[in-house]
Amino acid sequence: MSAEEPLLRVEDLRVEFPTEDGIVHAVDGITYQVHRGRTLGIVGESGSGKTVASMTTLGLTRGQGAHVSGRILFEGRDLVALSDRELRAIRGNDIAMVFQDPLSSLHPFYRVGAQLVEAVRAHRDVSRSMARERAVELLGLVGIPDPSRRVDDYPHEFSGGMRQRAMIAMALANEPKLLIADEPTTALDVTVQAQILALMERLQRELGMAIVIITHDLGVIAEVADDVAVMYAGRIVETASAELIFSGPEHPYTWGLLKSIPTLDTPRERELVPIPGTPPSLINPPSGCHFHPRCPYAQPDHSIIDPFLEPAPGEPDHHVACLLAAEVRRRLWAQLRVGRTPAAALAEVGLPLAPPISDPSGLGGARA
Amino acid sequence: MTRYIIRRLLWGVLLLIIVSALLFVFFRILPTGDPAALRAGRLQNPKVIAAIRADLGLNKPLITQFWIYMKNLFLHFDLGYSYYSSASVKSLIFDRLPATISLVLGGAVIWVFSGLAVGIVSALRPRSRLDRGSMGGALVLVSAPEYWLGLILLYAFAADIGQIRIFPGANSYVGLTTDPVKWFTSLILPWLVLAAGNAAIYARLIRGSLIEVMGQDYIRTARAKGLSETRVVLRHGVRSAINPILTILALDIGVLLGSAVLVETVFDIPGIGRLNYDAITHADFPVVQGTVLVSALFIIVANILVDIAYAYLDPRVRYS
Repeated sequence: MSAEEPLLRVEDLRVEFPTEDGIVHAVDGITYQVHRGRTLGIVGESGSGKTVASMTTLGLTRGQGAHVSGRILFEGRDLVALSDRELRAIRGNDIAMVFQDPLSSLHPFYRVGAQLVEAVRAHRDVSRSMARERAVELLGLVGIPDPSRRVDDYPHEFSGGMRQRAMIAMALANEPKLLIADEPTTALDVTVQAQILALMERLQRELGMAIVIITHDLGVIAEVADDVAVMYAGRIVETASAELIFSGPEHPYTWGLLKSIPTLDTPRERELVPIPGTPPSLINPPSGCHFHPRCPYAQPDHSIIDPFLEPAPGEPDHHVACLLAAEVRRRLWAQLRVGRTPAAALAEVGLPLAPPISDPSGLGGARA
Repeated sequence: MTRYIIRRLLWGVLLLIIVSALLFVFFRILPTGDPAALRAGRLQNPKVIAAIRADLGLNKPLITQFWIYMKNLFLHFDLGYSYYSSASVKSLIFDRLPATISLVLGGAVIWVFSGLAVGIVSALRPRSRLDRGSMGGALVLVSAPEYWLGLILLYAFAADIGQIRIFPGANSYVGLTTDPVKWFTSLILPWLVLAAGNAAIYARLIRGSLIEVMGQDYIRTARAKGLSETRVVLRHGVRSAINPILTILALDIGVLLGSAVLVETVFDIPGIGRLNYDAITHADFPVVQGTVLVSALFIIVANILVDIAYAYLDPRVRYS
């Protein structure tokens, strides 16, 4: 990876929401970076904080009473410290965002063209007719057929895939340097998903922007991401290149994610292994390693010691937050990748089996 | 769309016919007072009453009376003549309409704008002191009866009896064409009274509606575009939140045009509601029929207008 200054560098970002039930630690000290022209995939279960982290980049959690600390350096400026007005000048201009459900994300009462024109004119002092020309051009760019006619359609007259294309067109209105896509394909049909991902890759090549793609779907990661950050319970537990995440993952949670999706090259009789338990409460997260209540490889002291994101030996761009020794992790993965169960892998490596999960809901992890 | 409107209009006409028939039945069958006797006044001898009865057609069989009544109504738009003043009901209603329209539309302008302003501000700062204060105030205004509020305001501000005489002519309505300035000043207090309760209701409605809309995904999109918060709220939030309120507004205006009787009475405004009220106390059936029919017409028209407006306000609505 190049040594140049990354486009976006997030340092020890924490986002907390005070609620009646207590403080929700939605994002609990994460650090990552995005380089120009590259794609970072952030993967994790629902409620792992991946969306909150990205919304915070744009300051969209400010109105919800979030407490934000840490730094979000974009081209050297700390977005956390900017005023609302300064941040607004960046939002939709240098950094744009695409959301999950394109139908509910477009205003139902305004024509698609009008919404694009608004996006252009929010940051460019151009006439309405020039902005409209730009809107038609953008719709053409994202592959909407007959854009000069469809520009006057309402969102409900578009198909699901076209709506997401329109959302992407809106995000591209001011040629952003960074595009944040939050589950951009989750609400779409599988065939349309592939089209949208291909479109994003083409646009990235043509426009040279960096992309952060947030997803729970490792298939999407495999398709488009250059680098990957795996999030669990508000923390990043592993970062690596996309290749390495699939070939040599080192965090038990990443293993769990990989083992819980079907692939075509594994024998069909081999069962998928779901990750036991449920995501932990973010109000009262488990002590020590947040993943220990659900981790089959957890050792007694893992509920006490908090792991750091540390480089994996011999792989400077691969960081893992796991209390198991790197050498043990690699031996475990070698067993798992050939289809052994966690128990068999542990026996092979010579470690005791972690006690069964005491609280199946996973909610009382800290007390268990 | 055109076919839809035509269908709605035909339904409206049918509805009016049904209302007219019901009115006829009510007033002929329910024991109220003999109109001929009322009309005879002091000349209460059977001959005179019989003559009046024949003159009004009250001696004909009910079914014939009904036929004549419906024929006059729908073929000639003839609502008959007042038993009490002998004036044509149509002219009585047209004389009274300007006052009622002035009162209701003026009041509506006030309650819509004040209700919207308060509701929007409350919605943007839910549970703030401002929100709690204005919603509490709204509750008081909704609970205050119009006749009570009207009398209090007259006692406080009317030019003749008030403690602080700042509204000249508060209880002496003057037509717009007669003297626009006096028309305006005479209507300020009635407008405020009519608007008070409604403004409170509308503030609560728009508050609830806007709070819901501001949580929608497209509001997040608008913010992500980098729009100013004012633009996000007004162009994206209020634009959506206002739709259901416009529907209620049209119906409220339709209803009030026929039934603003309390405010009209307190401030002595010669409107439709007062006409209806006076006609009821005099057992003046033709006038009661006329005013009730006009009220029904307003409500039916308001309903049709709402449905048509909806297709323009919400592009997703398409009638077939």
